[in-house]
Amino acid sequence: KWRISFQISAALRDGQVTPIELCQRCLSLIKSTKFLNAYITVAEETALKQAEESEKRYQRGKPLGILDGIPIAVKDNFNTAGIETTCASNMLKGYISPYNATVVQKLLDQGAVLLGKTNLDEFAMGSGSTDGIFGPVKNPWSYSRQYKEKTVPKSESEHEESKWVITGGSSGGSAAAVSSFTCFAALGSDTGGSTRNPAAHCGLVGLKPTYGLISRHGLIPLVNSMDVPGILTRCVDDAAVVLGALAGHDPKDSTTIQDDFQPFQLPSLTDVSKLSIGIPKEYHVPGLSGEILAVWSKAADLFKNAGAKVIEVNLPHTRYSIVCYHVLCTAEVASNMARFDGLEYGHRSDMNKSTESMYAATRREGFNDVVRGRILSGNYFLLKQNYENYFVKAQKVRRLIANDFVKVFGSGIDILLTPTTLSDAVPYIEFIKEDNRTRSAQDDILTQAANMAGLPAINVPTALSERGLPVGLQFIGRSFQEKQLLTVAKWFEKQVKFPMIQLEEVNGHDHGVFQHQKSASIS
Amino acid sequence: VLNRRCVEAAVMTGLALNCSINRKSLFDRKHYFYADLPAGYQITQQRVPIAVNGSLSYSLCIDNKRSQMVTKTVRIKQIQLEQDSGKSLHDDARSQTLVDLNRAGVGLMEVVMEPDMCCGEEAAAAVRELQLILQTLGSSQAIMAEGQLRVDANVSVHHPGEPHGVRTEVKNINSIRFLAKAVDYEIQRQIEELENGGTILNETRAFDSKLGCTVPMRDKEGKQDYRFMPEPNLPPLILYNAKSLPANVNHQQVVNIDWIHERLPDLPSVKRAKLVELYGILPEHSFTLVNEDGLTEFFEDVVKQTQMKPKKVIGWILNDLLSYLKQHSLTVKESPVSSFLLADLLNLLEKKEISASAAKQVFEELWKGEGKTPLEIVKEKQLELIQDQEELEQICQAVIDEREKEVIMVVLG
Repeated sequence: KWRISFQISAALRDGQVTPIELCQRCLSLIKSTKFLNAYITVAEETALKQAEESEKRYQRGKPLGILDGIPIAVKDNFNTAGIETTCASNMLKGYISPYNATVVQKLLDQGAVLLGKTNLDEFAMGSGSTDGIFGPVKNPWSYSRQYKEKTVPKSESEHEESKWVITGGSSGGSAAAVSSFTCFAALGSDTGGSTRNPAAHCGLVGLKPTYGLISRHGLIPLVNSMDVPGILTRCVDDAAVVLGALAGHDPKDSTTIQDDFQPFQLPSLTDVSKLSIGIPKEYHVPGLSGEILAVWSKAADLFKNAGAKVIEVNLPHTRYSIVCYHVLCTAEVASNMARFDGLEYGHRSDMNKSTESMYAATRREGFNDVVRGRILSGNYFLLKQNYENYFVKAQKVRRLIANDFVKVFGSGIDILLTPTTLSDAVPYIEFIKEDNRTRSAQDDILTQAANMAGLPAINVPTALSERGLPVGLQFIGRSFQEKQLLTVAKWFEKQVKFPMIQLEEVNGHDHGVFQHQKSASIS
Repeated sequence: VLNRRCVEAAVMTGLALNCSINRKSLFDRKHYFYADLPAGYQITQQRVPIAVNGSLSYSLCIDNKRSQMVTKTVRIKQIQLEQDSGKSLHDDARSQTLVDLNRAGVGLMEVVMEPDMCCGEEAAAAVRELQLILQTLGSSQAIMAEGQLRVDANVSVHHPGEPHGVRTEVKNINSIRFLAKAVDYEIQRQIEELENGGTILNETRAFDSKLGCTVPMRDKEGKQDYRFMPEPNLPPLILYNAKSLPANVNHQQVVNIDWIHERLPDLPSVKRAKLVELYGILPEHSFTLVNEDGLTEFFEDVVKQTQMKPKKVIGWILNDLLSYLKQHSLTVKESPVSSFLLADLLNLLEKKEISASAAKQVFEELWKGEGKTPLEIVKEKQLELIQDQEELEQICQAVIDEREKEVIMVVLG
């Protein structure tokens, strides 16, 4: 199946397929996978127009680059000019932004075709992609042959209804979109793991870049000091391609670094003997499933057997991380959500007795419980009498957590290898038994430290669980060393040969051109 | 994104006010809900502002005649950069508020003074001097009527030797004149209140310019918790000096305090001193010159173009030109009499071709702005001074001959 951008790019250049054909194919697939609820808005008209423009460029022999004509999807918390941006919230339902987020603009400037906006947890708060106003996203693997084979349904309909599993979150829509082949890459966001978590559950590569590498301008902010745009693709090479298009200083975002960024082609590593892999023992958390522990172990052995140094390391402040994350996250959320008052844009309540009562009603009507809960917590932590004890303390501990990583990387470790999630994807009916706060606390535990420390991290799909669902592992790298991180990830990807999802809906769309590309790989 | 020009303006102003410039300053969010605050918070510098601990010297006339000036100083606590909010216009008639967001987010510089001033006159003089400094630096046009300079006065009273009393904040002051009035009114009000056994509330009051008094402001709530938080989108502001400037730096990306210092223009106080030294005019004169926009340039232009001594020119500038301008509410730039024309006139006077009183008549004519030169006016009105001795004797003789009676009375005493 058309896994790899380079290949499809070559196919476009050679005329084996045209951008319009590709776009139509993807749009058609979106329609037939509608039950996944991955997309909130499908921008059919504009996508076809973009495909047309791309086609003209290919005909002239002047494509803009590798991404020209490549269909992509964008999480619905990135501003897109002329296309609704809702953040899966009543607060922004019907909101049409007047501008493109920098990352969206960069993709469009490279000729990418924007298929639509994907579903998420409301305002990116959640780890299941279940708490948005448009309903939950279904993990495509729920409908895979691999999963169906492993579960014994009481009846055919029973399986479909009650056994479908979540995508993880909050970028679940983007993950489902890529995983079901409706697009080649999707943008997510990652504040505490929101790109890596769904990547793990959907069998995808999910890259969280170093904080400051990619512009956040136009990404509706959750936690300004931790948010990053995330990249979801089906293979590591594709992630590198997208990273190349997005990274670099943005004058509109003062938190991006000034240094020039050089896009790179990933070398194909053959010799890992010079590599030092760290295994942080604190990531062996209670609640980590035996299965994932086994996969993690096997991966460590894989590196060892290939000649790399695999060393157990300590990140002593790890256990404080999730608590500090919650304090800092809710504080910034409370601040960032203050702008939603119904006056200038978005939902405005009919209540008009006074400005204050209008604000209160608007925010009650516009936000779900999760968002309101975080705002209340955050404001509590920011009160004068609490600020020192919560916010400042959490920032201090954050520094300690970041220093843990600095020490470890300074001692000769190149990359850290950890699990991404505690288990494979759980069925939706199980997931909703616990509330969002509880779930987030559990699910973010392995991923949020990288956000606290601003480090790059990537989920690489590794193996299938006993239930036939994807399990991924996380690699964490040094600041701004994405090239090294992705190189190691690519080597690992090649070793584990994670199987392709077998989806009936997708197979049905198989046409001649793509058959031979089914299991090809670039190196 | 931080506006470079704002940073430069703040550094310039800080240097001009003898402040210590903080090489590292921070930005914070100040949260409150209000219709004209679209983000729900204002970005300001609560923890570490850009400049601290400065001073501003200003002068006051001891009496009204401007003959004796005394210099005073007010300490500058700090200068901080922050964002402006929008503007709210309350339409009570229709129970609605109109919100104008055009200026929301524009950079502001807040200059905080210590309570070193004791009356309206001092406050007015200090603010006037600050205004001149800002205009000289180019940091701001500082026109109060247009909201480019906004002044809030914090007033308290106390018995000598006792600590400062509770202060009130007075807002809605739209001119320097009103500032003096508002401060004096508030001082009186507080004294009366206390002498009647009342207490002063730590409140915000608005100055009502029509009634000349202060009234409590209606929609300011009690003490708010602003939930200050560091602004995560703006890294700490690092300023450099010649020593700390890194080697391979992009000059577009840094602000160098020393570079700015070298390029500071002459401050008003320096300008005044130079005028006094250069032209031999009195300090009071230099005050008026610098105080009036464009007047110094006008004066210097005239001096260049005439042989009359500056000490005499200044009289014409301050007594004649300025009073005409004030009478007709004109600025120096709008003067119908240009420096060229005035210099021309003064040259005639200096060469004794006309008398002083004739010159004043010519000036009045020039003021009409009909495009005539002084010489033309002199000829037209036959104002020439007669230099010829014989001619003069003839005229005198003619007068004496005509007025026999009066002459006899004069001779008799």
